[in-house]
Amino acid sequence: MSIKVAVAARNVGKIYGAGAAAVNALGDVSIDIQQGEFFTLLGPSGCGKTTLLRCIAGFETPTSGTILLSGRDITHTPPSARPVNTVFQSYALFPHLTVADNVGFGLKMQGKSRSEVASTVARVLDLVKLEAFADRLPAQMSGGQQQRVALARALAPAPEVLLLDEPLSALDLKLRKEMQSELKRLQTETGITFVFVTHDQEEALTMSNRIAVMSAGELLQVGTPRDIYDRPVNRFVADFIGETNFLVGEVDGTAVRIASGERLDVPLNGQTGRVTLAIRPEQIKIGTVPGGLAATVTDATYLGTDTHYALALSDGSALVARVQSRTGDDFAVGDTVGVTVDASAVQVLKE
Amino acid sequence: MARPRAFDVTTLPGFTFIAIVSFLLLYAPIVTLVIYSFNAGDSVNLWGGFSLKWYHVAAGNEAVQGAAIRSFIIATWASVIATTVATMAALGTTRRGKYRGQSLIYIIINQPLMVPEIVTAVALLIFFSSVKIATGYTGLGYLILAHSAFCVPFAYLPIKARLEGMDINMETAAADLYATPWKAFRHVTLPLLAPGIIAGAMLAFIISLDDVIITEFVKSAGQDTLPTYMLGQLRRALTPEVNAISTVLLALSIVILALFSVVTRKRG
Ligand SMILES: Nc1ncnc2c1ncn2[C@@H]1O[C@H](COP(=O)(O)OP(=O)(O)OP(=O)(O)O)[C@@H](O)[C@H]1O
Ligand SMILES: [Mg+2]
Repeated sequence: MSIKVAVAARNVGKIYGAGAAAVNALGDVSIDIQQGEFFTLLGPSGCGKTTLLRCIAGFETPTSGTILLSGRDITHTPPSARPVNTVFQSYALFPHLTVADNVGFGLKMQGKSRSEVASTVARVLDLVKLEAFADRLPAQMSGGQQQRVALARALAPAPEVLLLDEPLSALDLKLRKEMQSELKRLQTETGITFVFVTHDQEEALTMSNRIAVMSAGELLQVGTPRDIYDRPVNRFVADFIGETNFLVGEVDGTAVRIASGERLDVPLNGQTGRVTLAIRPEQIKIGTVPGGLAATVTDATYLGTDTHYALALSDGSALVARVQSRTGDDFAVGDTVGVTVDASAVQVLKE
Repeated sequence: MARPRAFDVTTLPGFTFIAIVSFLLLYAPIVTLVIYSFNAGDSVNLWGGFSLKWYHVAAGNEAVQGAAIRSFIIATWASVIATTVATMAALGTTRRGKYRGQSLIYIIINQPLMVPEIVTAVALLIFFSSVKIATGYTGLGYLILAHSAFCVPFAYLPIKARLEGMDINMETAAADLYATPWKAFRHVTLPLLAPGIIAGAMLAFIISLDDVIITEFVKSAGQDTLPTYMLGQLRRALTPEVNAISTVLLALSIVILALFSVVTRKRG
């Protein structure tokens, strides 16, 4: 057992307010975040990501359940006594302190000696490439630079866990991409467990070791980006992560009969009755008829490397396909085509 | 290219005239008061040439010296006490969620602004006279306490405004970075609040320095402050000595107000 759990939530629930105004922000969340991993909480606005993060940081006390840090129960430990630091979305830098004093704040509060504070601050500023800015005030820096100060400030006390609540959402696209790889690099270099919140699925897929998909205060699925993308457990996850086609059908022996009446071979796990098939657009192959499901091209969009086809099956159900553009075998609107999908690329979801 | 102009009060007929008259009514008496403080004669309205005579007279008058010292002692203590209380009150009313009785607390804090001062004065007179009998203490403490009480709302307002404008995440971030509540207050909240506190203290100081009614009722014999000393002079022949004292008080208020605006502007 070499994998250690850094943070664990056990049946954590959080209700804000009371009576008629009560908001059930977290239902019953249990999760194990491993040491040294880049873990992402992903979900739509209002699903409880910030609430879970605040419970881990200690800014909120869960209404039920426990939070463990390296096995210790910290549910009721004040934030100042948790070796966990936060990068705030609004940065929350202290405006009256210089960059160096901001970064050294946590160490100073921990009672570290002056020389130790100074050397750690220098090292961390170096890490985020802000050596030259030590004596500036936060107001004298750009948004991207302030972001780095916020990161440095949270990293300086070498916390066991770093919490990041949508730290990149205020940055423009280019800076955002830069900071994404910067964060990745910092995480690998420091080995600190990162718990990262985002509602951007692409950001989650590219940066994380594992992702937890949340909806309405519940955890729907926890897994590697590949797991989540290729094997979504339900329609919500499949829909939230990337683009997905859904076909409703009825299990018929070893295949599924879809609305158009055609049969599709899929990997069934004992499911019966009505099921939903999830198929990624890039898994759909189209060719000339006959062969596969009969469909009509209703729209074709050339995107350089790829072409997007909007297709209609014989019963009218819509499909989107993304195929690599190759000269010679493109189709035009109105063409009748044959649609095929590898059985292994179809995900059968409970209805 | 004629663009429709926004309504501008300065274009109304007679605006300039009314403005000049208003300024004259407001400031002419004060200017006259200042001018006559330099009068060489004995009258507050007959000019007898320029001199600093009345400043010397005032500065050499033991009653004025005593009143000035008392005024400063009271104003200093009152502003320190009122600002401390106001800071705690502002923290208590802005740094926690809504709670029952919150509007009652606002009313209690701002009570001195709403209750007629003469009522407070009479009430304090009656209350303190019983205390004086019970304890035998007759020092400046009563005046300091009374001034502290009515200065609280003036100190409270700028501090509360500053706190409300402050990002609540500042304190959260401090706690996240291992600061205990006291250290977070000491190293983050207090420095960020400082301009509001200084502004509040200055306001309280001026308000205390200026007070007549409550002081007149609460003071014991021989406890005149500058304003009550001047009030006492009215009963005798008025000399430009009063003008000189007023001018010094005016200059002091202007200096403090100038500092006040520097403090509230710069770090705001
Ligand atoms: N202090 C609070 N008082 C009452 N309700 C709250 C409070 N904070 C959050 N909520 C509610 O709890 C739910 C979860 O909020 P939370 O901030 O955790 O969502 P989120 O996933 O972080 O959303 P976003 O992506 O928009 O930041 C929401 O319905 C929200 O309105
Ligand atoms: Mg949030």
